[in-house]
This record gives sequence, structure tokens and C-alpha cells, in this order.
Amino acid sequence: MTTRELTYVKAFNEGLHQVMAADPDVFLIGEDVAGYGGVFHMFDGLLTEFGPKRVKDTPIAEQAIIGLGVGAAARGLRPVCDLMFMDFVGVAMDQIFNQAAKMKYMFGGGVSVPLTITTAGGGGMSAAAQHSQSLEAWLAHIPGLKVAMPASAYDAKGLIVGAIRDDNPTIVVMNKKMLGMKGPVPEELYAIPMGQANVVREGSDVTIVAIARMVVEATKAAATLEAEGISVEIIDPRTVQPLDTDTIVTSVKKTNRAVIVHEAVEFGGIGAEISSQIQEAAFDYLDAPVARVAAPFSPSPYSPILENAYMPDAARIAARVRAVVGRG
Amino acid sequence: MTQTTALGVQYGPREGYADDVTRELVLELHRGMVRIRLFEEHAGKLVESGDMPGFLHLYVGEEAVATGVMSVLTDADQMTSTHRGHGHAIAKGAQFRPMFAELYGKTTGYCKGRGGSMHIGDTNKGMLGANAIVGGGIPIAVGAAFASQYRGDGTVAASFFGDGATNIGAFHEAVNMAAVWDLPILFICENNGYAEFTAQGNHMKLEDIAERAASYGIPGVVVDGMDVLAVRAVALAAVERAKAGHGPTLIEAKTYRYFDHQGIKGMRIPYRDAAEVEAWRERDAIKLLEVIGTERDLVSAEEFADIWSQTEAEILEAIEFARNSPEPDPADILDDVYTV
Repeated sequence: MTTRELTYVKAFNEGLHQVMAADPDVFLIGEDVAGYGGVFHMFDGLLTEFGPKRVKDTPIAEQAIIGLGVGAAARGLRPVCDLMFMDFVGVAMDQIFNQAAKMKYMFGGGVSVPLTITTAGGGGMSAAAQHSQSLEAWLAHIPGLKVAMPASAYDAKGLIVGAIRDDNPTIVVMNKKMLGMKGPVPEELYAIPMGQANVVREGSDVTIVAIARMVVEATKAAATLEAEGISVEIIDPRTVQPLDTDTIVTSVKKTNRAVIVHEAVEFGGIGAEISSQIQEAAFDYLDAPVARVAAPFSPSPYSPILENAYMPDAARIAARVRAVVGRG
Repeated sequence: MTQTTALGVQYGPREGYADDVTRELVLELHRGMVRIRLFEEHAGKLVESGDMPGFLHLYVGEEAVATGVMSVLTDADQMTSTHRGHGHAIAKGAQFRPMFAELYGKTTGYCKGRGGSMHIGDTNKGMLGANAIVGGGIPIAVGAAFASQYRGDGTVAASFFGDGATNIGAFHEAVNMAAVWDLPILFICENNGYAEFTAQGNHMKLEDIAERAASYGIPGVVVDGMDVLAVRAVALAAVERAKAGHGPTLIEAKTYRYFDHQGIKGMRIPYRDAAEVEAWRERDAIKLLEVIGTERDLVSAEEFADIWSQTEAEILEAIEFARNSPEPDPADILDDVYTV
């Protein structure tokens, strides 16, 4: 039996349609999410299906968008609040990290905040320094938040549903450059729980832990490397908070080598945390230092030439893997 | 002492403004304000003596605002508070035992010792917590009001904040959004004249913060925040407006904090004039209500005195309860980071 294929953005959209149909407590607010369907078409058709009470355009006011979600979630609704570009989390950060994330703990457990924040991150579109960032490490550093980063159409649907059904504030970071990528997506409603990594590809010589669109680049690299006789296992954590350390460590204990790949800058990136966890849990299994492939420590540049140099790709990943397995 | 503001609004006790006041109402409001006053004075002394940890931002002087507004709300109505939040919590129905236990950091506290003074509140009584980020609670209250409208359950939300908070972006964003969507919410600005240690005249051009309402297309009302009956009256009108689907009201209550921004010790007042402090104390909200109650033969001086002494006894008992409550176990430090 073959599963039909959907684009990454259609899969996300279908998940949202289905979860809103199933749960009247779910509503969506954000800038241009209703009448326009969102600048990335993530929210197409929702206004028509669910009406203006449940799908609302807001003023350009990110603090109020998230704060409204926090208050409504604390009262038991399941808000989906869109921030359009991941770079805009900075505008709303107080509501995200001081309010949503901490409310349960600092009020002694008396309240849950089942808030979902949707946004789009990642570069590769000449969108420059304020519309290209990958800020997942910043968010993953905050106790109380969860951070999902879908890397396939299947996961885009499953993770938005999983996030909305999770009782904690969760940020789903869609990747702008993956919006049109197709993949198999079941028609029925399904949820992927937070904290379950996906073994994208099995292999024996090296483990690549890849975040978001870097899963695609790692998969290309793995095909090239396979022809050279290097067997690559790819782990997609799917969520960087919580992080499925067990699956990563199990893989590294098998392959004895690890390369971590993300779009965000290398310094202080989530790769640093993953690397640290690997060496703490599997030091004796490692045949080489854990390597990272990530962006240099600069804002995201505009020029396509510069941005190509900035972003990790299959060639850079393959080169680093060859070095790690001693064939560079 | 009626005064006229830049908006031309009169505030202060006026002839005939409270002719329909009953004995029961006077007793309720008086008890409410005394509960806050004595709680705060005891809490301040306990921190100053080193018996209790943490920062305390005391509400003494501003009791009429929380008490007046909360007297027209129910447990189902939601409220967000500030770093100066004990008064709001007590007025909304928080009890002394878990209040003091929280300040002592004990497991029997409202937040199990996780929140302390700046996050205190009873989530079962419609409190979305005290908030230690200035302006941070305002958008959250808008969300609570959104839930009221979404469910059509007839509840309202109230958000308390100070004069300083009306300069922060969150205030502007939240009030605008609530106005656009006609959400059932009261925005209550407790204008005590100072953003921490900076006088209002140095942090905004306006004299009446209620004027800011005009820029969101909602009513702004100035009220004497030292007059609990006046506060109650404007809050009642704002609740009726909210429940009728007409949207938010910005209420500016002119009030004053008798103690420093933080703590009780010494009244470090280089930024305030001692005569100014004394002038506001002369207009004390509890004293005013006692005058109204006795002059109108609604409540006797002895009955008012009983409220003070009963409350004092209740507080002393609650402090003992808090002191004798169990300390939290460090093994539980990760509890309630997430809902599982």
C-alpha cells in the first residue's frame, strides 16, 4: 500500500485542520493567519472552515499575541499563536521565557499552559540577518519550554498535532526552505510526541545528528558517502527540548563516531549540548572526537554567495564525515 | 477633599456619592483593607528582622484599589497582579496561612515555596499569579478575557499594574488588542506616582494616565484610589460595560505607597518629600471608610476596632502555621517544570 504524498506545508496545514476539527478548544491567532492564510500558506483554509471566532488576524504585536495565548491557555484553551518568522521570538521573548515557560513552576504546579507557538526558521532564501535565524538553542535553554523542528512532511503534521495536544508551551519551528518538499503523509490524524528522535537512516560507520533541514543535506551526504564505502546512520532528534539523548547515544555506541549538523551558529548551538551529552554517556565508545558542522559566528548574510558559504550543506557534511572516519 | 484633574474629572469623596452604602458593605470593605494592611506590616517586619527571605514590595497605602475592584469580581473572574501583589491576592480571596507559608518558602505555601512574594496567588481563586516583570501580566489578562469571550461564560478579567508599566510595550500591545476585540477586561492602573524611585513627571508627559485610553478608543476613568467606595463604583461600571460586550475600560486610581519601593525599613525617601508622604497618609483609605461608617451610624468605632484585633490574631496564628510548616525537599526540585 502506498501512502499519498503531501508537501511539508500542506502536511502541517492538514494536521492543524484535523486537530481543530477534533478539539473546539483549539484556536489560532497571528499576523495575517486568517484572511491571508499566513505568509507561508501554513494556515490556508482555516478561516473558511472554522470561522473568525477561532481563526483571528491580530495587530502586529508579538508580545500581546503570545501573552494572549498564555492567559487563554492558563484558562484551559489550546491556543496556537503564530510568530511568522522565528526571528520575531525576540520581540515576544518576555512572554515566552518569563511567562509561558515559568508559570507552572513558579505558581507551584497549579496551572498548565498548553500553548503552541508556530513559526518559521532557517535560511537559504537571501532573507538576511533578521529573517533567517535558527534560534533553537536559545529556546531549548529555557526550562518549561519544548521545541519541535520538523524535518519531513510526515513530521510536520505529526509534530504540530503533538505540540497542540501537549500540555506544555511548545514551539514548532517550520523550516522555510522545506515548505514545498514532498513526502508520504497518512491521511488520518496522528501525533508525534515530544522527545522521540527519528532514526532516519541506519548505518554502521558514523552517526550524523541533524537538525531540521540539515536532515535533508545529511541524507544527500550519506548517499555520496555510501558510494565511497562509508555507512552513515542519521538521527533526527525532531525536538531539541526535550532531547532524546537515549536514541543518540545508542546510535553512537554502535557507530563509535558522531557528527552534529545544524543551521544555527556553532558557538553555543544545540550541537554543543548534544556533543557534551555524547561524551558524558559514551566516551569510551568514541573512536574520534565528536565533530560539528554549523554556521560561522556571524549574522546571516544576504548575498547568495555569502549565504551559501554560511550554511552547512551536503558537501561540507560529507567532508567532515570523511575526516572523522579517517578518510579525509 | 475633592480635586480636579487635567481631564476635568473630579475625584475624592463627594457629597452624596455613597448614599446607598450599607453596613454590610462597609464591614466587608473595611475588613478587606485591614487584612491587607496588617498582613503587609507583619510581612515587612519579618523580612526586616531576617526571619523571612526574599524581596517584599509592600502594598500599604494602596489597599482601597485592590479591595474596591475585587469587591465586584467573583472567584471565576481572572486577575493578574504585579510584583506588589500581596494586596491583590488577599483581596481576591487568598488566605493568610498559605500566604505566609509561601513567603517563608514552605511546601504549604500557595506556590509550594517555588514562587515567593513576587509570584504569590491562588490559581483556584482566579489568580493568574503575581508577576515580577513590569507589564508582564497585562497581555496574560487579555488572554484570560479572550477565554471569557471565547467560551461566552460571562466572566471578566482584571489586570493590575502601576504607572510605570504604562510606558512598556506590553501595555500598549495588550490594551490595543483587547480594545480591537472588545474583550471583557478591566485595566487598573495603580498610579502611586513613582516608577520605582522615578517620579511620574520624569517618566511621562501626562498627568492623567487615563488619557492613554483615548489612543485605544476605550474609556479612561480617573478615580481617587484612597476611596474604596469610589473605586468600587467605577469598577462596577467597568464590569457592566465588559459583560455587555462593549470592551475594556482603563481605570486610573490615584494612590500612594507609604513604604519604599521594596521593604519597610527607614523609608529611604531622598526621592520623595516627607511632607508628601504625610499628606497622603492623612487621606488614608481605611481611616476614610471608618469616618464614613461612623458618621452615618452604619458601624461603630468598637466594631471597627474588633476587625483590627481579630485580623491581628488571625495573622499571628498564620505566621506560626507558616513557621512550623515543612521545608521543601531538594529532591523535588524538578517537580512541576513540565506538566506530565
